[in-house]
Amino acid sequence: MNRMKLNNTITNIIFIIVSYAAVSLIVTSGILSRQMTSLIIPIGVNIILAVSLNLLTGFLGELTLGHAGFMSLGAYTGALITVNTELPEMIGLPLALIAGGVVAAIFGLVIGVPVLRLKGDYLAIVTLGFGEIIKSVLTAMEFTGGAQGLSGIPKYTTYKNFTIVFIFVVITILLIKNLVYSRHGRAICSIRDNYIASEAVGIKISKYKIMAFVISAFFAGIAGVFNAHNIGILKPDNFDYNKSIEILVIVVLGGMGNIKGSVIAAVVLTLLPELLRDADNFRMLFYAIVLIAMMLFNNSGLRERMTSWIKSKKQVKTATGGE
Amino acid sequence: MALLEVKNLGISFGGLRAVDDFNISVEQGQLYGLIGPNGAGKTTVFNLLTGVYRPSDGIIKLAGRSIIGKTPDEICQIGIARTFQNIRLFKKMSVLDNVKAALHHQIKYSLVGSLLHLPPYSQKETEMNEKALEILQVFDLDSEAGTLASNLPYGKQRKLEIARALATNPKLLLLDEPAAGMNPNETGELMETIRLVRNKFEVTILLIEHDMKLVAGICEYLTVLNFGTELLTGEPEAVLNDAKVITAYLGE
Amino acid sequence: MSLITNIFEQLINGLRTGSIYALIALGYTMVYGIAKMINFAHGDIIMVGAYSLYVFIGLLELPVIAAIILSVIVCAVLGMTIEKIAYKPLRKAPPLAVLITAIGMSYFLQSAALLLFKATPIPFGNVINVPSLRLGGITISGITIVILVVTTLAMIVLTLFINKTKAGSAMRAVSEDKDAAELMGINVNRTISLTFAIGSGLAAVAGILYICQYPALIPTLGALPGIKAFVAAVLGGIGSVPGAMLGGIILGIIESISKAYISTKLSDAIVFSVLVLVLLVRPSGLLGKKKTEKV
Repeated sequence: MNRMKLNNTITNIIFIIVSYAAVSLIVTSGILSRQMTSLIIPIGVNIILAVSLNLLTGFLGELTLGHAGFMSLGAYTGALITVNTELPEMIGLPLALIAGGVVAAIFGLVIGVPVLRLKGDYLAIVTLGFGEIIKSVLTAMEFTGGAQGLSGIPKYTTYKNFTIVFIFVVITILLIKNLVYSRHGRAICSIRDNYIASEAVGIKISKYKIMAFVISAFFAGIAGVFNAHNIGILKPDNFDYNKSIEILVIVVLGGMGNIKGSVIAAVVLTLLPELLRDADNFRMLFYAIVLIAMMLFNNSGLRERMTSWIKSKKQVKTATGGE
Repeated sequence: MALLEVKNLGISFGGLRAVDDFNISVEQGQLYGLIGPNGAGKTTVFNLLTGVYRPSDGIIKLAGRSIIGKTPDEICQIGIARTFQNIRLFKKMSVLDNVKAALHHQIKYSLVGSLLHLPPYSQKETEMNEKALEILQVFDLDSEAGTLASNLPYGKQRKLEIARALATNPKLLLLDEPAAGMNPNETGELMETIRLVRNKFEVTILLIEHDMKLVAGICEYLTVLNFGTELLTGEPEAVLNDAKVITAYLGE
Repeated sequence: MSLITNIFEQLINGLRTGSIYALIALGYTMVYGIAKMINFAHGDIIMVGAYSLYVFIGLLELPVIAAIILSVIVCAVLGMTIEKIAYKPLRKAPPLAVLITAIGMSYFLQSAALLLFKATPIPFGNVINVPSLRLGGITISGITIVILVVTTLAMIVLTLFINKTKAGSAMRAVSEDKDAAELMGINVNRTISLTFAIGSGLAAVAGILYICQYPALIPTLGALPGIKAFVAAVLGGIGSVPGAMLGGIILGIIESISKAYISTKLSDAIVFSVLVLVLLVRPSGLLGKKKTEKV
């Protein structure tokens, strides 16, 4: 048991080092165009967003449509700090990150508590509502720049200084994966699988629902801060219902409850629009079809029929051709 | 003092009085049966005992302590565990994880420990694995620890539910129709298992059942429920041969 | 004096927007009652209705009445098709899957419209020519009168249909207990299709009325009214037809008053706060039934 774990850990460390080296190479050598290279940060941001959303959708089993709202709260908090104070990067950025994460987490609590008694459809709609409320309020307030948003945000986390983003991507994946394979993670998953039985074995559902919301929101907030300091501009409209859906598509495509899947899907779906630059309208259509197709495939019995069809083909082969 | 003391228990759903003036007294270590025709309100009683419903009248005391108004998770921690009529396993989790989830309050480590997998994590997880396998062994399920709960055959799913309930270290175990859907062989095996569980885990058992062979075979005491209220209480021999009880089941 | 006129004007505005919400909410509530799902794509059917009208009148130059009827038919058929392709196969699937599929459908409709008609807003004037009315110091526009009349008629007809016809009883039966209804000989598939058709038809009407008030067509025009109509359905009690009507009107008035006396920017936030409030305080809504889960 322990040897397997050690092997696993070593493999993971090697993988992390190799990816870092690969990304460094891409950045410094300029192999890819500037447009493509600059995608490194959005990829990192989307990975953090997808993995944190997966905690709620895949592991807790609740669909939330307001994830972009948490992202925007983190983004604005961090940006307001770096824009309005004269702090040097070494202090300003970490402060922005912590503040962004914490503020988003606080709102995760604020939203998580009322949402406790709701399930399924209603929970989804309420989170959608909250996302819209957040956007609405950000548009209305003066000090966040209203509809024009904030500009002049110092570009601390562009692809040129991707290291900090990389580190946080790794931290996010690690922490959430650890959480899932722990007693708290089992509690959260048991709520997904059968909340009545979960209560019957002593698990306080409200506590773990809130825990999932707060942790998920925290990371979304961090992602927001990175996003803000990459682009330099923030507008409330960027964090609307559509953004929440984009992240959901990534999670669905990668597989709900599948962290590795979220990472891969985040990479693919961040690169895709760039590769299909001219077909921007087709991208939306593509996302829609992905969502519908994935759901139909996984849930309508089609997958079972296909796997048994494939199995029967294999049997026929060995029966007729054979070894 | 009885382990479970219930007096004048009652609840209404809309205009329907589902349970009325229900009394039961279960002694420590007893194997007690709750029987009655379909729709009598037996599962409703279980739901009242476990906090799923809040009674409108009556008292429920476990080891002298009132549990009315407490939530199901609190009641589990106080010492009542249950299984369900329509199996409620954690479908997407393994057999082992189903039991480990129930060990949540028995073996603990902090949230920080969970996030960072600090030292207590490995040690406690090993402890959990051992304890869970120990329980599964009683039910011959340890060899299937890695199987997905939803892939188990029906009979084993029922056993897993009981194993999971036992993992919460209860004082009182409520079994809701544990033999439902089982053939005579499986039922015989179940009877042995239930006796074993009572003896090995030192737990008091209150069970709902329709299978009279099981009821007559292992229950030491019975209460018959009809139309939400107590019809008769006593030893199986007397109760099962009583004219009123037979009428309740078979009609006039 | 002037304040009262003002308030009255806002009430009329609220009644007008609220009626449209009510029409849309009816679709949500009927579908939820029968198929136990929130049809996220419902709001976008409004958009399809509006664009259809544009195609029939603007591009094909058909007479107004014909265009309206055709648009309603197009949407009804679209609704039934969506149900058949995307929702029916998932009847036994977990609710999460259905919800995601519905979201996907909504997205699909929007992106299809984007591809066909591009993102530039297409100007569209009012095609319903009804003279306005003067009451006291207030002018009620023709379109407002039409909206109020149409909505009231729709509500009456629908209520009669549900309560007095065989098909209507079938709908009520299926929403109570699908399996029992099937055992009673009711064609569940046909009933569900009919429900989607009616709901979508009403959404088309809402879209047509909507676009006669607003200057331009954009692919996302259905999204916000759709979500707000959903809030209205929840407010009134999801699954309840009178609830949808009541919820729609109340929400319309709340929105109107908020826009006039609090802030236009915050009026959306206020509408969504209503949703949150209702779901916290009284999830079954004003006229809905409380559901207990069997353990």
